[in-house]
Amino acid sequence: MSRTAYTGSDPRRMLDLDPVTIRKARSLARKAGAPVVSMAKRHTTVSVERAVLRLAGLEGADVEGIPWVNRLVDVVRDEVGLEHGVALPVWDAILRTGDDLTTVAQKAAAGSVTFRVPEGRDSVRAGKAARARVAQGIRRIDASRRTRDNLIAKYGDPPAPWIYLIVATGDIYEDIPQAQAAAREGADVIAVIRSTGQSLLDYVPEGPTREGYAGTYATQANFALMRAALDETSAELGRYVRLTNYASGLCMPEIASLAGLERLDMMLNDSMYGILFRDINPVRTFVDQRFSRQIHARAGIIINTGEDNYLTTADAVDAAHTVTVSQLLNEYFAKEAGLEDWQLGLGHAFEITPEIPDSFRLELAHAMLARALFPDAPLKWMPPTKHMTGDVFRGYLLDGFFNLAGALTGQGILLVGMMTEAVVTPWISDRDLALQNVRYVFNAAGNLREDFRPSPDGFIAQRARQVLAEAVDLLDDIVDDTLLVAIADGTFGLMKRPADAGRGLEGVVRKTDGYLNPATDLLEEGATR
Amino acid sequence: MSKSKTIVRPYGDTTGDGMVQMSFTLPLAHDKRAEGAALLLAKQMGMDPAMVVHAKAMGPHFTFFVVYGSVQHFVDTRDVVVVERDYALLSPKEVNAAIKKGLRRPLVVVGACIGTDAHTVGIDAILNIKGFAGEKGLEYYSEITVVNLGAQVSVPDLVEQAWHHKADAVLVSQVVTQKDAHLHNTREMSAAFREAFPAARRPLLVVGGPRFDELMTTELGVDRIFGKGTTPGEVASYLVSALVPSSSTRKKAS
Repeated sequence: MSRTAYTGSDPRRMLDLDPVTIRKARSLARKAGAPVVSMAKRHTTVSVERAVLRLAGLEGADVEGIPWVNRLVDVVRDEVGLEHGVALPVWDAILRTGDDLTTVAQKAAAGSVTFRVPEGRDSVRAGKAARARVAQGIRRIDASRRTRDNLIAKYGDPPAPWIYLIVATGDIYEDIPQAQAAAREGADVIAVIRSTGQSLLDYVPEGPTREGYAGTYATQANFALMRAALDETSAELGRYVRLTNYASGLCMPEIASLAGLERLDMMLNDSMYGILFRDINPVRTFVDQRFSRQIHARAGIIINTGEDNYLTTADAVDAAHTVTVSQLLNEYFAKEAGLEDWQLGLGHAFEITPEIPDSFRLELAHAMLARALFPDAPLKWMPPTKHMTGDVFRGYLLDGFFNLAGALTGQGILLVGMMTEAVVTPWISDRDLALQNVRYVFNAAGNLREDFRPSPDGFIAQRARQVLAEAVDLLDDIVDDTLLVAIADGTFGLMKRPADAGRGLEGVVRKTDGYLNPATDLLEEGATR
Repeated sequence: MSKSKTIVRPYGDTTGDGMVQMSFTLPLAHDKRAEGAALLLAKQMGMDPAMVVHAKAMGPHFTFFVVYGSVQHFVDTRDVVVVERDYALLSPKEVNAAIKKGLRRPLVVVGACIGTDAHTVGIDAILNIKGFAGEKGLEYYSEITVVNLGAQVSVPDLVEQAWHHKADAVLVSQVVTQKDAHLHNTREMSAAFREAFPAARRPLLVVGGPRFDELMTTELGVDRIFGKGTTPGEVASYLVSALVPSSSTRKKAS
């Protein structure tokens, strides 16, 4: 825990941050977040219930491509509601009919099985049967985690920062050779960008997909194909190449579960991104968030939060403190869900207008503040996008400064900036030039951090303290107003999102007494059976 | 710049030298033959003499080239076709005054990113008070009512919102251009408005984005296209000229 005796290279000392202020910021974040957590605990969603079925092994889709998990949850909801969860009615039906889960789902879709909420002994038996099946899925997640640990032990971890590169062809079979090539060129982390519309789909598509839109659909089959391909490349290169996707949007609990099953290593997973940038209902988001983070915690997945997005809509200097506030909230929600510091790829970005004086010093101040507040988190540092103008030469220089700021402030996950940002999806040469940029900066100045000691009363330290103070003030206001009201008022990213509006609201259900979710139980107990 | 000069060639450091720089990748291993291929390509593109100033292997199967050379081509600026600004640039004050006088009610603008495009940068730059390039966005104009629907708005929703708010103009921003999505989306949008509104009541349709060709209005079925670097003041001035009676002779296209 934080003590005042920081070592000389500790950014808290360099920035002369007051430990009392830091503690206050954390305790305000807890106060702001706690009511949201209890609200999340009182509700479930269609996607949480579908995730339970996925963990129990229900895969596949009907002829129209609607997944069986959707079919089954919809029928159960129509017949008996979801207030008790999907597990009790479904396993009651399984025990009564003697059919397996898939058959019950198919019969439900055809209308040839009826559901009830079991009571008394029937309820106990259904609950036990459900738990036994869901536990198999949880044990598969545990096994995936062990496999990852073994591979990392065998190959070793790359030094920080991890080089993070993106592929986005829309076709999983095109993504695979691109991802393997990117890994050979030096990527430590491959992110497969998702098809743009997917976050608003209320189902997870099935099977390998070749028709994406500015990205590739996240499906269980695509996850498995890409992970297998990168395992091959990891063996070839002798280093473990991590795979990233997105647990966001309307299906985040299900996608998190699939990621755990198929051994993805990082997931983009922000507590508020869906609300602000996709207009997904806040309650839906927070309920789905909590479940998905519990899965990530169990699966040993590193989450990447989305604070960089605020700075693409709001001004990066004026809104710097909203990034800090969001990081603190993301940290609170993550820890509450069981994630550890090493799993928190908290986000921030290099988006200050290059024309303003001292823009680089301001960037350093913000990046160091994040490093100082979250010393044990990897931190995900995002390159400039808003001020990439199409002048690729200037963009290349800007990316160089971005890399330098990352080197000086010890960022853990470095998303490689492309000079053709805002012009084209990266060409092979863009990626190669971008990696040369990273290598030059880290080779030339990677150890400059040892000599870099901003003066505690200098510009950088003062700016960092100012941003922290503004963050504390904003957290104070949020605690007074409640977080849901602050979100409704446009506090983050200037987007106004009331709690009773937004997409996916119809998929939120208030739990009743006797609600059962064996997945949540197993996750919260840390149990395997 | 001389006012009479209409024939121009690229300028490196001497008038008429025709110098250009170019970079590209060939799917060839880096060797002498690959460099020869790069040179040949440059020659076919009209660069003569061309110099391969940089060649670098990117893995075993690709080579990246930077080529400098003099092009044989020239341009007669009299042949260039562009959309010239055909409306007067007004200050926010003048815009407000013109609307007040000519329309006697606030001008209603509904804006959105349509399709799966989640990039609100463009529409926000034009609509948000914050604005762009030192100019305040349309929300700042007291006589303009702005309804910003944000990202990933479906075309039917946009039509319905435009109807509901009695929009005078609909502003659509499209940043994602993969597989020409911006063009498909825009055509779908303009067709939907033509179907839903009688010609006389259809709101003015304006699209903007960094990859649009400003000449394609007819093809895309919209009234105006704004390209890269458009400022809120330009959009506001255009809206006044197109929508406010007596402020201009230019009538709303139908």
